[in-house]
Amino acid sequence: MSDAARHEALIDTLGAELTPVRRLPPPWRRALGWLLVVAVIAAVMFMHYGAHTMLHRWAAAPDLGWAACGAVLTAVTAVLAALVLAVPGRPTAWAWLPVPSTVLWIGASGLGCLRAHIPGMPVMDLHGANDCLIFIISFSIPLSGLLIWLLRRACPLRPVLTAVMVGLASAAASASLLEICHNFDAAATDLLMHALAVAIVVAANAAMGGRLLSRA
Amino acid sequence: MAHSPTFDSLTFGDAWVLLRGLPAREPGNPKAVSTETIHASEQADRQRAAWMAAAQAGDQRAYARLLTDSVALIRAVARRQGVAVDALDDVVQETLLTVHRVRHTFDPTRSYDAWLAAIASRRAIDALRSHGRRDRREVHDERAYDMHADRDDASAETERAQQAGRLREAIDALPPGQREAVEQLGLRERSLAEAAEHTGRKTGALKVNLHRALKTLRDRMNGES
Repeated sequence: MSDAARHEALIDTLGAELTPVRRLPPPWRRALGWLLVVAVIAAVMFMHYGAHTMLHRWAAAPDLGWAACGAVLTAVTAVLAALVLAVPGRPTAWAWLPVPSTVLWIGASGLGCLRAHIPGMPVMDLHGANDCLIFIISFSIPLSGLLIWLLRRACPLRPVLTAVMVGLASAAASASLLEICHNFDAAATDLLMHALAVAIVVAANAAMGGRLLSRA
Repeated sequence: MAHSPTFDSLTFGDAWVLLRGLPAREPGNPKAVSTETIHASEQADRQRAAWMAAAQAGDQRAYARLLTDSVALIRAVARRQGVAVDALDDVVQETLLTVHRVRHTFDPTRSYDAWLAAIASRRAIDALRSHGRRDRREVHDERAYDMHADRDDASAETERAQQAGRLREAIDALPPGQREAVEQLGLRERSLAEAAEHTGRKTGALKVNLHRALKTLRDRMNGES
């Protein structure tokens, strides 16, 4: 069979099995869906822990507030970037979208270690820092899973880059949630554990999520 | 809709290459890339977007026209990625299958050409990678072929048996629909109509399944997972 005839045969076949499809909603609407799940978890946590501790920390040390803002913004921008990148033909430059907020998040957290400690608030020991690591990773797993499921409905042509965005979004969302019940002043061990948790989540997503998405 | 005369003589692939400023200009006419041409190709892009929107709603005629129209662009993109001429048509087939599978991701308010070019470019890269892997694994030693006697060679016999075994395993590992297509059409050599009658599937579905199965088998036998 000549190549032109081969294409014609395939086109006929595909045409014959054409069924109407439901168009994928725009990335921002799908991003809102995922963020809504995070917001519901946050609301439950606020009901349980109240906002008092968090606001006290922020009032005493504004840099912690800035770091939290950075984490929330990173979750929002990274999830949007992941969903946009999963639509063919959209520019790769979207991957830069979460970079400024990530810089704010990491920068402000780092500055937190340099200033004087908040009076009356415990500084984290290694045991507490371990809890942070476990918290971030265990919240990231279902959040990443949900996002990967959403992305598999689309067509991520750059699976690894998309998976890195998935990791960043879920790690940032988990760190934002941690902020609600985080009754500690920032310390180098704490920052280190956060950074380690984020790195683990992003790397695991790039390795496993990339593979899951490439078969989507 | 009245097309400009320039557009009528322009193929889709040419228009796309022109849009991206590649050296497709006529030597004697440096101003060949007129705004009129660009305007025409934008209009053609919008037309294709409209066809795809209709196809998403189930319009088979619009879909067939769109896919036929897309072949030239896919080839142009694959060529630009450096795919060899004899492999271009495999990229076209793979791209058409992907387009079919992910047609719901197209947003009709955006460019169809950009959407298609992104998919074609990814499939072209896949083709280049799989060729690269194959070339690295296969050793071309002309002298070895000449000096090696095939006759009465027990190891060649064993190798053939092993290969047949591997093929059998690969076929067994296929998803049920694909395995059925290979067994009916490939191994039992039934015609499409007979196979359709025997399995109760549409001939179209059988053809697509066979195509996918052959691709999977090719990949497996070439050592990919």
